[in-house]
Amino acid sequence: MAIDPVTLMAALIVASTPILLAAIGELVVEKAGVLNLGVEGMMIIGAVSGFAIAVQTGSPTLGFLAAAVGGALLALIFGVLTQFFLSNQVATGLALTLFGLGLSSLIGESISGATPPPVARLNIPGLSEMPVLGPILFSHTAMVYFSVALVIAVWAVLKFTHVGLVLRAVGENHDAAHALGYKVIRIRLMAILFGGACAGLGGAFFSMVRVPQWTEGMTAGAGWIALALVVFGSWKPGRVMLGAYLFGGITALQLRLQAAGIAIPVELLAMSPYLITIIVLVIMSSGKSRAALNAPAALGKVFHATG
Amino acid sequence: MSDTALLSINSLTKAYPGVVANDSVAFKIQPGEVHALLGENGAGKSTLVKMIYGLVRPDSGSMDFMGAPYAPTEPRAARSTGVAMVFQHFSLFEALNVAENIALGMENPPKPRDLAARITEVSEAYGLPLDPDRLVGDLSAGERQRVEIIRCLLQDPKLLIMDEPTSVLTPQEVEILFHTLRKLSAEGTAILYISHKLEEIRTLCDEATVLRLGKVVGTCDPKTTSAAEMAELMVGKSLATPARTDASHGEVIFKVSGLSVEPANPFGTPLRHIGIELRAGEVLGIGGVAGNGQDELLAALSGETPTAPGAVTLMKEPIGHTGPNERRQMGILCGPEERLGHAAAPDMSLVENALLTARHRKSLDRNGFLDWKATRKYAEDVIETYDVRTPGPDNAARSLSGGNLQKFVIGREIMQDPKVLVVNQPTWGVDASAAADIRQAILNLAQQGAGVIVISQDLDELLEVADNFTALNEGRLSNTRPTNGLTMETIGLMLGGAHDMHDAAEAAHV
Amino acid sequence: MFKLEKRPSPSKPWILATPILAVILTMIAGGLMFAALGKNPFEAIRIIFWDPLFSQQFAAYSRPQLLVKAGPLILIAIGLSLGFRAGIWNIGAEGQYIMGAIAGASFGLTFYPTESVWVFPGMVIAGALGGWAWAMIPAILKTHFRTNEILVSLLLVYVAEKFLASAAVGFLRNPEGSGFPGSRQLNRIEAFSNPELIANTGMHWGVLLAFISVIAAYILLNKHLVGYQIKLAGQAPRAARFAGVNPTRLILLCMGVSGILAGLAGVFEVTGPAGQISIDFNVGYGFTAIIVAFLGRLHPVGILLAGLLMALTYIGGELAQLMLGIPASAIQAFQGMLLFFLLALDVLSNYRIRMRKEGVA
Repeated sequence: MAIDPVTLMAALIVASTPILLAAIGELVVEKAGVLNLGVEGMMIIGAVSGFAIAVQTGSPTLGFLAAAVGGALLALIFGVLTQFFLSNQVATGLALTLFGLGLSSLIGESISGATPPPVARLNIPGLSEMPVLGPILFSHTAMVYFSVALVIAVWAVLKFTHVGLVLRAVGENHDAAHALGYKVIRIRLMAILFGGACAGLGGAFFSMVRVPQWTEGMTAGAGWIALALVVFGSWKPGRVMLGAYLFGGITALQLRLQAAGIAIPVELLAMSPYLITIIVLVIMSSGKSRAALNAPAALGKVFHATG
Repeated sequence: MSDTALLSINSLTKAYPGVVANDSVAFKIQPGEVHALLGENGAGKSTLVKMIYGLVRPDSGSMDFMGAPYAPTEPRAARSTGVAMVFQHFSLFEALNVAENIALGMENPPKPRDLAARITEVSEAYGLPLDPDRLVGDLSAGERQRVEIIRCLLQDPKLLIMDEPTSVLTPQEVEILFHTLRKLSAEGTAILYISHKLEEIRTLCDEATVLRLGKVVGTCDPKTTSAAEMAELMVGKSLATPARTDASHGEVIFKVSGLSVEPANPFGTPLRHIGIELRAGEVLGIGGVAGNGQDELLAALSGETPTAPGAVTLMKEPIGHTGPNERRQMGILCGPEERLGHAAAPDMSLVENALLTARHRKSLDRNGFLDWKATRKYAEDVIETYDVRTPGPDNAARSLSGGNLQKFVIGREIMQDPKVLVVNQPTWGVDASAAADIRQAILNLAQQGAGVIVISQDLDELLEVADNFTALNEGRLSNTRPTNGLTMETIGLMLGGAHDMHDAAEAAHV
Repeated sequence: MFKLEKRPSPSKPWILATPILAVILTMIAGGLMFAALGKNPFEAIRIIFWDPLFSQQFAAYSRPQLLVKAGPLILIAIGLSLGFRAGIWNIGAEGQYIMGAIAGASFGLTFYPTESVWVFPGMVIAGALGGWAWAMIPAILKTHFRTNEILVSLLLVYVAEKFLASAAVGFLRNPEGSGFPGSRQLNRIEAFSNPELIANTGMHWGVLLAFISVIAAYILLNKHLVGYQIKLAGQAPRAARFAGVNPTRLILLCMGVSGILAGLAGVFEVTGPAGQISIDFNVGYGFTAIIVAFLGRLHPVGILLAGLLMALTYIGGELAQLMLGIPASAIQAFQGMLLFFLLALDVLSNYRIRMRKEGVA
């Protein structure tokens, strides 16, 4: 069975969008100097809350909104613990993931098996009818375009605005930012909430568009891959997007290959996204790379203002 | 009571648990005045300026700025009133460029292009050249300070606070800075100048307020008061200068030659062709402005950074490839600059910290099993011998004051009877009496025949303890010269990187 | 407004009190959660924490389960705690557990049928090696390429799960199992089985080893240089290098030990309580052990107690599912909550809380 490159490319974009959303949110969080390892937990909460609300109301838009709120609420727990209670960020992030996985299956208990309302494709007039490019680029759900717009917005805000500069400064040296009078904790909390909302949207994209259904643990490590993408993209939005599409390409391709019955063991194909992520991480972290330079200097460090 | 004062401080009090940092502090600063705030480490200077800059709120008392009540709740409020501050540490962002760093310290930063133009303009006007597009991480300590100063100047402050500004500068750079400050003062900007360096204050300042243990203990006119009088006000007693006897030095015991090391992190300094010869009984002083490779040099000497075997030798034996513990066994002991986190583990007890370096020479383990009893005994010995003030050896290292912890760290090394001792900034942030004790201990050790290398940014300290002097500049060492007869001018040139002393001497005569 | 003041030394009483306080708070919050699910919170808490041990109806079955479940949790958590203390974050114990189980089972099954008494020890060693090898991947990538061990070890869990799936339906599938996925019943074959050592206690070789590991870790951390170096590296990495600690060796050691212990837990599980390699024989012990390690304050004795407590919530959770229809996932959320409360309360051991009039950071 041959693999149609056009549907493959379109599938690539669909497969990439959830991790792109989660990764761009985490990029902002890490730029502010906070390492939130709870992306997986926030995604799965987003997946279940988006799904539940969409099923209840019949409105995918409300579903996505609920997903963003759900992700942000979970992130708020992380924010309060790490920013006010000065807890260890690694441990708290892990706790967030474990808690999120448990809570999501609890919420999802009653709705598994339901069918979510279909999310309409937004065919861009004129463009979507184009051969090849039309179906690949211009015939997706609104969330796909939103994710691209979000990446551009994050890039522009970080690079050109004062808000972006302050955010980077806080992530670079929180003591200096504090000495200059910036509200380190408040800024970080906002970033953490933004990251949670993005992860929630990413999760909802799984349960409402890509699958679309609710199953326990359905994000299957996508949150961890999003974390890896931030490193892969060396904290730059454009490169994170590139990484997400590369990863999405691998995922889409291996699914097609599985379906096509190629003589590669199915398990190996299923492992491939994770293995390739590991290989990419190794490449990015080896060598005295620029990547290390781009990492926010205060990443993961606890801030406690004395005085 | 004159109403012309720019800032009047009226009995400000601020207490922290266990310590009253400021106790009814009061004084006035006049427009255009260069006002010195003088005091030892821990006298309460930084708490006071934090209150003026809105980072800390006083428990009681008030301030008036230009006759109006002034109670800033955050630095932004202070800045908009006309108060700017140049920090000693912690206010620059290495991964951001000069213009971004400056924008972060401004209320309403102009557009990037206009800001860059303004930076160039102001920096030239005050003789402090700066490139707005360079990364701060790549700048020298002196250039970084310029970034801070320009950041303040762009806001046209009425009062400029400078916290220990010269500790990172060469004598020549100090001259340039003073020139800038005098120009500002002539233009009507008042300057609150915080320092413990008396000679500087005598050259620069119009008025001095002296703090001790949180209280104002006196004011004086530094132009007419002698340094000794001010020192006594500051410390509260007269201090003995360390006693030393000129002894003849023995054989070269420790030698470094052609030592080059690449930095481990992107903003580190590479070491280039370092050569050192240390004789038994000698104290060698290595001066240099911060960030010129001091940490890297100590790491190469301690064995934390291994090098080519022949680059470091002890008694002609190549040891460059050995690690810290092997060197300790051979008798090379070190005291790094950073007390908390490098020389000692902050959250560990003094007993555990005694084990950190003394395991081999004090035989504190058997086949890896630790002898806690002997370790405790050793910690207690160090505490007693070096008069370390602490409730007991079970207290965490971070609970000690800087001076006491430094005495513990230096004592821990010296009591292991080293053949060679290397210390970096042995008295940084330490109160005067502890500093004197530490210097005396270093001299005593040399007296007993050990070789000592003292790396320090405090030139007075080096002139006090060192027999020979060399300077570290951008990872290179100058030629070594006897300390006796060195002038500040020559030292300045050595620090500034004039490696050929012949040229330097000529330049000095121009 | 309140503000935090760093204590000069961590408070010993609070270090002991916070886990207990966290458990109490979790009971309250969990009770609220159960109430939200429409269950009687008091009954639910009683069923989870009390009935498994003391109810006449269930204790006979539940009590031995306590050791069965606590054994692997303690074994894995002890290994993880060494790394966590040194600042080395192996969070892929679940993968190492799976790989240990597969390696051990594969070793044994190649000798099938056999009655040799040497096969079981061989399986145990193979299991340890399997877990060790899987942990060495993130370890070596970290020491050679400075790759983040958190992400790699975690991603390898997913790889291990896929590998488990292929083992269960492929090379380890029981040829006499009429096509169903899953290996032969290892615990029913004498040469492969890890039996209950004392009847009705749940004690098996893995539990015994867990207890031994607690003692060994205690000695290591308190009496031995390596333990000192582990603590030093975690608290002050620069000071550790100054003290001559070799970071590479420490990473390999900590990751290796945690991999070995997780692998052992895996092989003891498939030869004992789980009984066979099946697609989902792993029930998340590798992740729950992270909670156990933190709840036990990374201290061996604490981990012992935390492991028992966490095992209790598993058993109690099953009971609550049976009696009240509380979903199994509620227990997972419950355990996550426990970790949240613990992390939040941790602040009390290192900081003092003071009230103040007005808020200035």
